[in-house]
Amino acid sequence: MAIDWQAFWLTLRLAAVVSAILLLIGVPIAYWLAFSCRRGKFLIEALVALPIVLPPTVLGFYVLVALGPHSPLGRVWESLTGHTLAFTFMGLVIGSILYSLPFAVQPFAASFRAVDRRLVSASAVLGASPWRTFRRIIIPASRPGLVAGFALSFAHTLGEFGVVLMVGGNIPGVTRTVSIDIFDQVQSSNYTSANQTALLLLVLCFGLLAVVYSLNPRVRFVGASE
Amino acid sequence: MGMRTRGWVLALVVALGVRILPAQRAAEEHQVTVAAAADLLTALKEIAAAYQKRTGVEVKLSLGSSGALTQQMENGAPFDVFFSADTDYPTRLIKGGYADGSTLYRYAIGRVVLWVPQDSPLDPAKDEIKILMDPSVKKISIANPTQAPYGRAAVAVLQHYSMYEKVSGRLVMGENIAQAAQFVESGNAQAGFVAFAHVLAPEMKGKGKYWLVPADAYPPLDQSAVVLSHAVHAEDARRFLDYMKTMEAVAILTRYGFEPRAGK
Repeated sequence: MAIDWQAFWLTLRLAAVVSAILLLIGVPIAYWLAFSCRRGKFLIEALVALPIVLPPTVLGFYVLVALGPHSPLGRVWESLTGHTLAFTFMGLVIGSILYSLPFAVQPFAASFRAVDRRLVSASAVLGASPWRTFRRIIIPASRPGLVAGFALSFAHTLGEFGVVLMVGGNIPGVTRTVSIDIFDQVQSSNYTSANQTALLLLVLCFGLLAVVYSLNPRVRFVGASE
Repeated sequence: MGMRTRGWVLALVVALGVRILPAQRAAEEHQVTVAAAADLLTALKEIAAAYQKRTGVEVKLSLGSSGALTQQMENGAPFDVFFSADTDYPTRLIKGGYADGSTLYRYAIGRVVLWVPQDSPLDPAKDEIKILMDPSVKKISIANPTQAPYGRAAVAVLQHYSMYEKVSGRLVMGENIAQAAQFVESGNAQAGFVAFAHVLAPEMKGKGKYWLVPADAYPPLDQSAVVLSHAVHAEDARRFLDYMKTMEAVAILTRYGFEPRAGK
C-alpha cells in the first residue's frame, strides 16, 4: 500500500474549486467589511469568523440533517439536483466554502483596510467611480493579501476533516479525501501508508504557508483586524 | 510576568491538580471502562445499567468500530475490557500481548439486517436483497469494511447474492456501524446494512423497515470480549465479563437480536 493518489488529486481539486469560489464571493464580503460603516457590521464579522471556532461536527450535522432529505431545504435541493447534499462532491464543496470562509475573507479584508485611504480619496476626487477605484487602486495594492487569502483557504480545505468524515460517506474518487484516507489507514493500523501520506501533506502544507508568508510577512491572518 | 499574574497561574495549576488527583485514586474505586463495538450501543448500555444497579460498580462505555478501538488499545488506550464485533480483533490483541487470552469469551453472535427508512416505498421483508436494484436506492450505506466487522459482513452478503459489482458504485461508508445506520436514519442513504441490534433498539421503533439477512449469507459475526493486559480494573473487568454469562445479561442480548453462546 502506498499513497492513494486518487484521494490526493480529489483533495487538490476540492481545494482548487473551493478557493476559487471563495475568491469570487470573499472579495465582495471583505470589501463590505473593510469599508462599510453600518452599525451592525460586527454581527457579520462574527458570522464570518464563526467557522474558526465552531466544531466541524456542527457544520456536518447541519449538512446531514438540516439540509438532509427530511428537511424542507433539503427537499428543495433534492428536487433541483436529484440527490442529497451528503455523499457528493458538491456537498463537500459547500461544506468547505463555509468552513474556509474566514481564511479567505479575513486576509482580504485586512489588506483592503491597509490600503492608503489618501489614494482612495484622491481617486474619488479625480472623478473615478468606486468600481474603477476598486479595480485600479485597491486590488493592485492588496495583491499580497488576496494571494494570502487564496492560498490559506486552499491549504485549510486540504486539511479539512470533520465535515468530510460526517457527510462524505468515504466514496473513492468522490468524497474520500486525503485526510479521510489517513484516518482510515491509522484506524486499520496501516501505519506505513499513513506515514507516507501524512508526510506528503505536511510538506505540501508547509510549502504553501512558506510561500504565503514569504509574500508579505506583515499581513496577519486569522484574527487580524484593524 | 508580574506577581499578580503569577498568582493566577499558580491558582490555575493548583485547581487543575486538584481535578487530577481523583483520577489517580480511580484504581481503588470499583469501575469498569469498556471499549465496545458500535453495534452494542443500546444493548450494552442496558446491561451496564443493570449491572450497576446490581453491584454498584460503574461501567463506562466507549463505542467505535472494532478496528479503530483495537488500534487505540495497541497504542495504550486505557480500557479494561474490549467487546469486539468479531473474534479476530481480540485475537490480534492477545497475540500482541495487549490482552489476556484466558479471558477471551464469545458473548454473542451478531446478525446483519438490510434497513430502509419507514417512509420508503420499498418492502425489504418481501423483496429482500432485490430492493437494492430499485432506482430509488441511490445510496446504500455500510460500515467501513477495513475496520468494522459489520462492514465486512455487508460486503460478504452482497457478494453472496452476486450483487457487489452491481451496487459498489452506490455504496457509502460510515466509520462504524452506528454511522452507517445514521446515514439511513437521516434519509441521506435510502438503504443500509446495519446491526440487527440497532433496529431492535426502542429508539428505532417505527423509524424503519428491515430484512433479517439469512445467517448463511455471510461468515458468522462471532462477537468476543477480552480483558486487557494492562487493565487498571482487571478484577472488576473479569467480574463484569462473568456477569455477561448470567441469565439477566443473556436475556438483554437476546432481546437485541444477538444469539448468545455460552462457554468458550
